Amino acid sequence: MTEVLPADGVFGLSWLLVAVPAISAVVLLVGGRRTDRWGHLLGTAAPAFAFVLGVVLFVALLGRGEQERRVGQQLWTWFEVGGLRADFGLLLDPLSALFVLLITGVGSLIHVYSIGYMAHDARRRRFFGYLNLFIAAMLMLVLADNYLALFLGWEGVGLASYLLIGFWQHKNSAAVAAKKAFVVNRVGDMGMVLAIMLMFATFGSVTFEGVAAGIEDASGATQTALGLLLLLGACGKSAQVPLQSWLLDAMEGPTPVSALIHAATMVTAGVYLVVRSGFVYETTEVASTAVVLVGLVTLVVGAIIGCAKDDIKKVLAGSTMSQIGYMMLAAGLGPAGYAFAIFHLITHGFFKANLFLGAGSVMHSMHDDVDMRVYGGLSRLMPVTFVTFAMGYLAIIGFPGFAGFWSKDKVIEAAFADNIWIGIATILAAGVTAFYMTRLMLMTFLGDKRWKSDVHPHESPATMTIPLVVLAVASVLGGVLILGGWIGHFLEPSVGPEEHHDLPIPVLALTAIVTLTVAVGVFIAWRTYGTKEVPVTAPRGSVLTRAARADLYGDALNEAVLMRPGQWTTRWLVWFDNRGLDGGVNGLAALIGGTSGQVRRAQTGYVRSYALAMLGGALLVVVSLLAVTLA
Amino acid sequence: MSFPWLTVIGTLPLLGAVALTLMPRGGVLPKQLALGVSVGTLVLTAVMGLQYSPRGGMQFEEEHEWIGAFGAHYALGVDGIGLTLVVMTAILTPLVIAASWNDGDEGRWSVNAFFAWMLALEGLALGVFAATDVFLFYVLFEATLVPIYFLLGGFGGLQRSYAAVKFLVFSLVGGLLMLAAVVGLYVVSAQAGTPTYLLSELSEITAGIDESTGRWLFLGFFVAFAVKAPMWPVHTWLPDAAAAGTPGTSVLLVSVLDKIGTFGMIRFCLELFPEASQWASPVVMVLAVVSIIYGALLAIGQDDIRRLIAYTSVSHFGFIVLGIFALTSQSASGATLYMFNHGMSTAALFLVTGFLITRHGSARISDFGGVEKVAPVLAGILLVAGLSSLSLPGLAPFVSEFLVLAGTFSVSVTAAVVATLGIVLAALYILLMYQRTMTGPLRADNATITDLRAREVAALAPILGLIIAFGFYPQALLDVINPAVERTLEQVGVTDPSPDVPLEALSQDEEASQ
Repeated sequence: MTEVLPADGVFGLSWLLVAVPAISAVVLLVGGRRTDRWGHLLGTAAPAFAFVLGVVLFVALLGRGEQERRVGQQLWTWFEVGGLRADFGLLLDPLSALFVLLITGVGSLIHVYSIGYMAHDARRRRFFGYLNLFIAAMLMLVLADNYLALFLGWEGVGLASYLLIGFWQHKNSAAVAAKKAFVVNRVGDMGMVLAIMLMFATFGSVTFEGVAAGIEDASGATQTALGLLLLLGACGKSAQVPLQSWLLDAMEGPTPVSALIHAATMVTAGVYLVVRSGFVYETTEVASTAVVLVGLVTLVVGAIIGCAKDDIKKVLAGSTMSQIGYMMLAAGLGPAGYAFAIFHLITHGFFKANLFLGAGSVMHSMHDDVDMRVYGGLSRLMPVTFVTFAMGYLAIIGFPGFAGFWSKDKVIEAAFADNIWIGIATILAAGVTAFYMTRLMLMTFLGDKRWKSDVHPHESPATMTIPLVVLAVASVLGGVLILGGWIGHFLEPSVGPEEHHDLPIPVLALTAIVTLTVAVGVFIAWRTYGTKEVPVTAPRGSVLTRAARADLYGDALNEAVLMRPGQWTTRWLVWFDNRGLDGGVNGLAALIGGTSGQVRRAQTGYVRSYALAMLGGALLVVVSLLAVTLA
Repeated sequence: MSFPWLTVIGTLPLLGAVALTLMPRGGVLPKQLALGVSVGTLVLTAVMGLQYSPRGGMQFEEEHEWIGAFGAHYALGVDGIGLTLVVMTAILTPLVIAASWNDGDEGRWSVNAFFAWMLALEGLALGVFAATDVFLFYVLFEATLVPIYFLLGGFGGLQRSYAAVKFLVFSLVGGLLMLAAVVGLYVVSAQAGTPTYLLSELSEITAGIDESTGRWLFLGFFVAFAVKAPMWPVHTWLPDAAAAGTPGTSVLLVSVLDKIGTFGMIRFCLELFPEASQWASPVVMVLAVVSIIYGALLAIGQDDIRRLIAYTSVSHFGFIVLGIFALTSQSASGATLYMFNHGMSTAALFLVTGFLITRHGSARISDFGGVEKVAPVLAGILLVAGLSSLSLPGLAPFVSEFLVLAGTFSVSVTAAVVATLGIVLAALYILLMYQRTMTGPLRADNATITDLRAREVAALAPILGLIIAFGFYPQALLDVINPAVERTLEQVGVTDPSPDVPLEALSQDEEASQ
């Protein structure tokens, strides 16, 4: 890694990236109803400002020599005790700069979209306050130059996610889903916190620079533990197996939230963490293999779940899990995969935001119904939504030339070079992706109308369609980042030089195999859903379908292994505390009360018995004195 | 002689209490006087605090001989640890008085008595945190029981008599053990020459004490402090007391008075009995970790909001004690900071839920549902207070909790790992409570709950402001705390473990090779 230079010139403004959305959030949330009228405008202006500043900084970064593209800005010391020090320090380098553009760019579009989408919600101003809070925290996460400041952003986005999933909290399901997301993420956070403590105990430092400098001299056990603990954190935030269960429920949040937080940005923070901590994973085979396996399992699980859902947002959520699995897998491959992980992360940010916002547009005209079985034939009535959605669809399945084609292909190539079986699994999953996305497309936009009687679909307003058009263009053209290997080269100062891999077969042949598999997936979906009528009530389905509908029993497992035993434990402990522990104390009190009742009888009030007692006592004293002296 | 700051600050509330008992009963005047006196105390404390120099050791010292035969002195003084708690007490009392404006109206005694006892409690607590003489400390320590007993027994809910007596018995048993240890200290110091209870002189004497005497004396103090703190398994008085008291009483009890326990552990257990502290450290750490997990699990299982908060405090006090007895600079500074932060976050929780409970007449979580819809400000404040209780980064308690954990990790990985489980459980107990009371469809019988009034918001806003400010800039407090903690650990004779891969050595190697 190259040296970090102090922020001078325009880079001195880096802190505004975080500060402006944060201040806007405070104004909107503390200002109350007074800000209702213009709240959404301020809320949209803040990320737009950050985007403009982000572009300026990005261009300034490009204008510098490669060795000067890591810029640090120290704001103030958060806390320092003994050797433990955490700073509010920012690091703007190629990796964080790309994230800044993704977060503020897609973020601004989604803010614009939300103006229309949330127009009829009485709490719209608060919605924008939460979104701004999210943008500020997410920028803190990617701009931090140490793990503790990163963790501040990490928990900040978790809070924003909690608030936004539960935004319609008068619904029990939304409130429960919000809490679940937070609690499951906290399990991952344990990993993060322990990793940071281990860093401090091992290196006396929690900065990226410090840990990177010392990691090679640490013991093998420490290296592996660090890698696995960080992976646990990444699994929570990125909804990877085994901490995946919260993401599907998180779809309770308003759709712009699903697009921004639960597809394009926050859920990719785990991938960011792994890539950023590449220096750890490069020292430990066990942990990096674990990353690959987690990614592999999740990309398969997510794809299977996506096939069975009738809820349009849950199909997309399963797909998000699966696509992040691809990124995670690539990140686990080390220098051969970092750039491709980030490349896929960015293109996915474009096309998945596009798809979610498109789904939101559909729901907007269908009275917020999410059941695809009562959709159908919407293409004519919602042309803009349909065409833009189709661009996102072609991008995600990897239609040649579209953004996802380039990025997914690169991940598959890297996987293939690493291990042929992993490669085959990624290809098959690409076929499954084509299947479930085609199924979604057919059930929603094509075929017969299966609408409920009171539904009158219509195209959405311009505030919603314009962001769709922009994202659709990005979904088509996103692949340009790989032209001439640009992204890999650009990221070099952050993640080191790209490693080139040897494929057992020519690249073109591999691409052909992938494209063919995708075509097969599309064909099967068309045979099943395009040529036959879609039943309004879901058929019972095979064992696999039913398992996939139940999220492959992830929740059932958590309930059986963690939740119910936990409930029994707390119930038993409450009983123990009331009866056992406190009962023991109260029992002791009763015993003392009883004893004193007995002893009280000695106090008869008769002088003669007292005199007798005194005599006895005096005798005892004399005898004992004698005994001591004589002894 | 310099101005006796600490005496003035401690006496002002006591005089206020006397004035309250002399003036006509009832009306708004006693309330205004009480608020005025506590604000005055806060202003004086602030003026004193501004003159404090972080690296100056014990300051604002006063010393007068009191009982020559015992070697007891009227001796006051604060270092960074004492000052932090004095400031916390001075900040919280006026806010508690403002929040409890109408809570004393329907007690067993007059509203004058209610606020007089509160002021008396403040004065005595300030004295405890400033005492630098063991005998004086003991007298004030026991004296604090009186106001809290009357606050609990006179102005509480249903089971107030039971709770008040239970609290008193637990505290007296602990106090008795401490008395024995205090007498023991007299014997020790008398044997060494002239008897003295001055901390500064005692610590030199006890440094050379024989092992078993030191350990017995340590235990006498420690058990008293563990009851007060409260630690598992002597915590059972706290939930009953918190459920019976008014919200204001609970704040003074849990946020201020219980801190005497953990403050005493640092000031007396560590400083007077370094050898015994190191000897006891492993066992105490286990008890602390048990407190953390046990308190959190019990909190999850509660239906009464006030009992729930009481159990979260058992868990948080576990963190504080863990930090003290892990004996590293990070953990001990973290523990001291935690005392302040816990004071703030628990005060916010007790007060805001108190407003909620008063409005609905029930403290049971299962009697609420969907309150956010009718009281969004109350819900928002409850959420922020709750998030600070679960140690969300950006809010003050996170830094202290992390420091405790990181310091503990460097001496005992196991203790740190188990304690870290507490952060998952904390999310459960807070968010379950929030979900069940505030979210979901609005219950019909909750529809009449009104949102917070200006006075109530005004009482809570400063606390929330501090929680957020110290979340981002805790160094302001740590600059005061760190030197005092360093000095204490020096007295104990421990140093921080050094990192396995010290980076400075690495960079020196590189320079050498170049």
